[in-house]
Amino acid sequence: MNVFRFILQNHTQVLELTLEHLWLVGISTMLAVLVGVPLGIVISHRTSLNKPVLAGANIIQTVPSLALFGFLLPVPWLGERSDRLAIFALTIYALLPIIRSTYTGIRGVDPAIVEAARGMGLTGSQLLFQVELPLAVSVILSGVRVAVVISVGLATIAAAIGAGGLGEFIFRGLAMVDNRVILAGAIPAAILALAADLGVGWLEDRLRAR
Amino acid sequence: MPAEATTPVIEFRDVSYRIQQTQILSGLNLLVVQGETLVLLGRSGSGKTTSLKLVNRLVAPTSGEIRVRGVPNGEVDIIRLRRGIGYVIQDVGLFPHFTVERNVGLVPRIEGWSEDRVAARVEELLQLVGLAPEFASRYPRQLSGGQRQRVGVARALAADPEILLMDEPFGALDPLTRDELQREFLSLQQRLRKTVLFVTHDLREALRLGSRIALMEAGKLVTALSPREFLNSVDPWVSAYVRAFEDRLISPAHRGTS
Repeated sequence: MNVFRFILQNHTQVLELTLEHLWLVGISTMLAVLVGVPLGIVISHRTSLNKPVLAGANIIQTVPSLALFGFLLPVPWLGERSDRLAIFALTIYALLPIIRSTYTGIRGVDPAIVEAARGMGLTGSQLLFQVELPLAVSVILSGVRVAVVISVGLATIAAAIGAGGLGEFIFRGLAMVDNRVILAGAIPAAILALAADLGVGWLEDRLRAR
Repeated sequence: MPAEATTPVIEFRDVSYRIQQTQILSGLNLLVVQGETLVLLGRSGSGKTTSLKLVNRLVAPTSGEIRVRGVPNGEVDIIRLRRGIGYVIQDVGLFPHFTVERNVGLVPRIEGWSEDRVAARVEELLQLVGLAPEFASRYPRQLSGGQRQRVGVARALAADPEILLMDEPFGALDPLTRDELQREFLSLQQRLRKTVLFVTHDLREALRLGSRIALMEAGKLVTALSPREFLNSVDPWVSAYVRAFEDRLISPAHRGTS
């Protein structure tokens, strides 16, 4: 149980890096939702855009994260601060599951319901906010859930460019060939991922349309 | 005959509709007058549902125009047009996340009615379609098929539209419930005198509910006749349709005796 003794001894730093990690994941997920959900809405209504947008998000997903962090370093403004860069990279990685789930959720609304709503004279935004989004919300949140869990893992790599987070322990441990230090980063990260998964899952249950 | 009996409310003027290469409707001319129940009868793919959707402009014609209360419906605000037309479909399309009360009260609410007025209207409508007041707080999934369709009708009537479009509203119901709802539709229509355009493929339903029956075949209107004229018509399409139903009525007896 050396690991836990190590964590206890360094609990202030573990806590600090966990909070930093949470911040990276939280901000990037929020930005990804702010961009991804509207994009998903747009492509579910203009289906000609769905292939290019999803393909773009897919391509981003295939770029290895370490490479992406490296590529972005020389970019002006973004490269100036490592946490800014990390948040940007995490945001674009989180886009795909969020765009896709929004698209799937809205396209999945029973066509009879949409037809009835349009026939009753609901405007486009009334249809969206009163019918489509409430009925799609649990599917959208399942995408957010996937995005958050992926982000918690990816954010450990942000430490490679000095953005902080629990990856600090992991990289330090690797350099020192000390499993205790690696695990001091990996265990809290795993707990964070599980907690985030449960948290969004809880939200999903609360918001599920009847 | 009172003057209003011949006031045209819906008018199809040489309407055609095509998707890509498929001609769905060709040269449809039809008049629906105030207070009548005009039944569009025809087999699947004959263009009757499309004709209905042309009225509230869920579909726009390739050529020709549809006049609603004398005005071409392509020239009016589409949202206003639709709010003035009740729409009932076979799949009902109730909003599963809304209670019955919110489903029925939706259009009045977005039209800006006061809460008191909406509540009173919903109560009145539920009574009108034969549902007890306690149904107001239920969700669609807690209702039977017949109850759902009653709510569908109540919702279509909510803002008191002059026109009702009904697309096989009773098609998915069991025979007993269908019979009950058809009977209630007749008594409702006797009181409300809406202008109804009703789609079905069921000849018996058409004969029972329609003041006139318009037979469609392959995107064309064959003829529009009163139920009595329809049964006695010598038109080959009409008599073929009537015969097909007579056969169906007779065949079980046949089977019984053989």
